[in-house]
Amino acid sequence: MAIIVDNSTKVLVQGMTGRAGSFYTHQAMRYGTTYVAGVNPFKPGTEHLGLPVFGSVDEAKAKTGANASLVIVPAVKAGAAMIEAIEAEIGVITCVTERVPQHDMARVKAALEGSKSVLIGPNSQGILTPEQCKIGVMPTRYALPGRIGIASRAASLTSEVVSQCSAAGLGQSTTVGIGGDSLHGLGFVDCLKLFKDDADTDAVILIGEMGGREEEDAAEYLATGDYGKPVVALIVGRHAPQGRRMGHAGTLSVFGTGSATAKADLLQRAGAVIAGNVDDVVPRIKTVLPNAAVA
Amino acid sequence: MLLPEYRSKELLAKYGVPIPPGFLARSSNDAETLCARLNTSRYVVKSQILAGGRGLAGGVKIVDTPSAVGAEVERLLGHVLVTDQTGPRGEIVQSVYVEAALDIVDNFYLALALDSATGGVMLLASEKGGVEFEERARMDDTVYGTTIIGEDTPEERKKIKAFLSEHGMGEDAVVDLAFAARKGFIENELTLAEVNPLAKTRRGDWIAADAKAALDPNAVFRHPEFEEFAHLQHRDAIEAEAQANDINMVKLDGTIGVVVNGAGLGLAMHDMIIEAKGRPANFMDIRTTATSLKIAKGVQLLLSDPNVRCILLNVHGGGITLGDTVAEGVSVAYGHAKRKVPLVARISGQNADRGLAILKEHRLPVEVVDTMSDAVARAIALAS
Repeated sequence: MAIIVDNSTKVLVQGMTGRAGSFYTHQAMRYGTTYVAGVNPFKPGTEHLGLPVFGSVDEAKAKTGANASLVIVPAVKAGAAMIEAIEAEIGVITCVTERVPQHDMARVKAALEGSKSVLIGPNSQGILTPEQCKIGVMPTRYALPGRIGIASRAASLTSEVVSQCSAAGLGQSTTVGIGGDSLHGLGFVDCLKLFKDDADTDAVILIGEMGGREEEDAAEYLATGDYGKPVVALIVGRHAPQGRRMGHAGTLSVFGTGSATAKADLLQRAGAVIAGNVDDVVPRIKTVLPNAAVA
Repeated sequence: MLLPEYRSKELLAKYGVPIPPGFLARSSNDAETLCARLNTSRYVVKSQILAGGRGLAGGVKIVDTPSAVGAEVERLLGHVLVTDQTGPRGEIVQSVYVEAALDIVDNFYLALALDSATGGVMLLASEKGGVEFEERARMDDTVYGTTIIGEDTPEERKKIKAFLSEHGMGEDAVVDLAFAARKGFIENELTLAEVNPLAKTRRGDWIAADAKAALDPNAVFRHPEFEEFAHLQHRDAIEAEAQANDINMVKLDGTIGVVVNGAGLGLAMHDMIIEAKGRPANFMDIRTTATSLKIAKGVQLLLSDPNVRCILLNVHGGGITLGDTVAEGVSVAYGHAKRKVPLVARISGQNADRGLAILKEHRLPVEVVDTMSDAVARAIALAS
């Protein structure tokens, strides 16, 4: 088992015929994920990478039974693409596009409200259940099936943590990139709840950074009761200069609140174990899971 | 993308937010002549820099005569203003805004931002506006209140009026002002619209004494009228050049040039360097769209910085940014550089081996390390 995606997931790609769309669809298919269709309003009826291309998400879903979508279109079109997938009632929508205008995301958030969809991203590396389903742009070579759940705001940092975990024999149940933008879909609390209920996840790693409220909300949630599984948190940006924008758009906060140190303190008080730096994550997991089955 | 005060006010005023009469002064002579238009006996002369903290740093002056306005404009234009928000290098004052001084009895705070939880427009209000507001709000988040402000309907007006009443602003004029600002916020795709202070004058008027608008940098292409402000966003020519090459860079004043792919990995590296008592010369995040030639430009910028004594390369290859792509970029930069400072390289992930082989083939002064901790330790040793 895993969370959100597994080997029953059937993926359609909005933007499959583009350069990045082709590259990542091909990679994910080679990894063994079931991709069933592409969507391009200008190329209905054609074929790409051996898959049928439809004019709309609705049609692609009806003809192929797709239950997930990868949105990999230019930023200016990403908002409309996500809304199209929400309206077609696609269960899992993953958007990897960077630099999506925030007011477009505001409309996407409104469309998500009360919908049947879960949104991952945008500006996310996507979601990976090792050896079952890859929707996104993350490398898979160093991913290993296992029992650690990971939720993260930063892509390359997650790849680093994943490869260190795998090298130590600590495989992953599912790795979710919630994305680096301030307005996004699924959050840390959603991921924590899903991992809590997942019988095949023994511990959770949260990878956060300064800015936003994801870590604060996670701390509040963890503090409300017995989570039942160990949580290790790595929060980066402790020494980022105040008020400067370093990388992710979500890291510019209105009131300068949300420092990495304050977030780590809150999470620690809520029962999470704090990793001092990247190289400290695996040792911390080994402390909280002394009997972790090493794959 | 922040707009200067005068442009922020102009934007909000277009939608009906009251602002004091004012003009932009490009020279002291101009300023003296234009004072007649303001029909006042007290003037505020304000440096138009993007950072806050102008008042305390001497960038805002109140004077009584047009000739004094001229003298202040003369003094401020081209002057480097260092405030607690500019960093030690300060910001050059490129324009000065002159306004009629207000007869203020009380300062309030009003702002709009996008609520990240719902995507709705969030209204923030406080009766303790003014220069100390941000400091106060940081210490105590009960100083301000927030609510979602929806479309302008009679029911929504009632709700907003009740909310504003809790913060001492329950007047129709402020309700009008809030909905006017909301319209401007949405139509211009702002990420922040802030009126601080929102001044209540002796006559009972509500006027935006200072204002700040930030446009979503990812939506500026839909608002070309603001493109001219894009160049003001970088305090540093180096940062601007890096940006043009798909590299997010923040210039710092240390000795270790840092080359990392990904914002999170960059922040993680930055924390580790500082905690090991090293001094980064920059923060860098190579975007996934950067090619090796663009990466080369970024590394060249570091190599041309005389403070940089070594370069720390930490790459986790994956997706489009593979280990060898970055290594090629670094090699090209070293090939063009006069100063070839020592390079500590740690490449993991996809095409890591090819990346390391490329660095060695080009005979770069490279030390290869396995872990991020080792990379930091070696870089600090080489930079000291």
